[in-house]
Amino acid sequence: MSELIVKEKEIVVPGEELANGMDFLPGDGTYREGEVIKANKLGLAVVDGRAIKIVPVSGAYLPKRGDTIIGKVMDITYSGWIINTNCAYKAMLSLKDATSDFIAKGADLTKYYSFGDLVVANIYNVTSQNLIDLTLKGPGLKKLTGGRIINVTATKIPRIIGKSGSMISMIKDATKCQIIVGQNGVIWVDGEPKNEIIAVDTIKKIESNAHKSGLTDEISKHLEEAMKGE
Amino acid sequence: MYKKRFDGRDWDETRPIEAKVGIIKRANGSAMFKIGDTIAYASVFGPRELYPRFLQNPERGLLRCNYNMMPFSGSGDRVRPGPNRRSKEISMVTQKALLPVLNLEAYPNAVVDVFIEFPQTDAGSRCAGICAASLALADAGISMKDLVAAVAVGKVDDKIVVDLNYNEEAYDHVEGGVEGAPVADIPLAIVPSTGEISLLQMDGEISKEELFEAIEAGKKSSKKIAEVLRKALKDKFTGDTNE
Repeated sequence: MSELIVKEKEIVVPGEELANGMDFLPGDGTYREGEVIKANKLGLAVVDGRAIKIVPVSGAYLPKRGDTIIGKVMDITYSGWIINTNCAYKAMLSLKDATSDFIAKGADLTKYYSFGDLVVANIYNVTSQNLIDLTLKGPGLKKLTGGRIINVTATKIPRIIGKSGSMISMIKDATKCQIIVGQNGVIWVDGEPKNEIIAVDTIKKIESNAHKSGLTDEISKHLEEAMKGE
Repeated sequence: MYKKRFDGRDWDETRPIEAKVGIIKRANGSAMFKIGDTIAYASVFGPRELYPRFLQNPERGLLRCNYNMMPFSGSGDRVRPGPNRRSKEISMVTQKALLPVLNLEAYPNAVVDVFIEFPQTDAGSRCAGICAASLALADAGISMKDLVAAVAVGKVDDKIVVDLNYNEEAYDHVEGGVEGAPVADIPLAIVPSTGEISLLQMDGEISKEELFEAIEAGKKSSKKIAEVLRKALKDKFTGDTNE
């Protein structure tokens, strides 16, 4: 007999028992001890078919394949660029993933991406040692110029984006700013200086209220007032 | 004879406990743990890049703990700031008490830093520090098998007591010119789900039988403390206390 011990979307703490029995499988952030599945992390328990996983609610960013991130060029090597990803591990952007131009051997790579440049890139591979490979080939992946950068907690990013992008497009529409959100907790905002500040304030507000429900209405009200008070 | 505890507690009763998670904004995870007049604040930074590079371990991440008593935290003289023999030792035992529950192999080449600060102490600070640190690590989203709960047990005169305060630790009884037995003070850290002991130190003297009795009492108390820790973590997201 297998039974689920926690409710769906319940907050669980490390060591807490989630389910009993072999009919359930331990997913991300969980482990099995004997017949019991326990939590490895602080987060929300999510049951996905037979698997149980934890969606973390706090902590530093850990790289995941498929994430789109904003990174900064730290160093240049023979074969590409080293990118700072705002986490414990650096990323590699190799020549062939950065551009389709022909680059002669020994060419000056700073012409393409120089120190301190910001790029929106996609993680296409993460090894067991957390070595990260980035690519700039894909829609919306590019070098960023102008604008400003803010850092938020990476686990709050889904809330800032909202259901199928509802929250972030609301901010974009109201402030007429361009906004790019990196999964690593780096957000790029570009627009009228006054509006940029409103956008940044709004994002910070979402971050600190991420655990509350009915946030969309509150934020839309906040945006309306802020734009009126110009 | 020690007939009743100085603060009127039962022999197996801890001092009042308060725990709160997520109090330091700039840290990846943080917590406050207060037991009686001992207050510990822990902040966790990381996993983050580890330098100098020769410290990096490709098989697992490194845990660095730092125990620090603030200058005004003692009940007597000013505590001389900076690392000393005692704080270095406690930093090390704290690290070793926490390691068994952490899955550091998830963070190769990286480091997790834990800073534990004490604005006020009244005995039992390493145990309070371990409790605060385990809360802060969980809050930082570090992968860990369980929390760690710690409490001091001991023997005052002929009584086995749980969670000694400073007055008990310094108990020195002379009756009819004969000195009583020295106080035994045994800090203990337990992994609640398995009952594993990850910290066991002692000051003073105790017999083997009494030591086992004391450890049993400590295990019981740390189960209760673990409940408080779990509740503190959940309250961050469900309680109204968090803004």
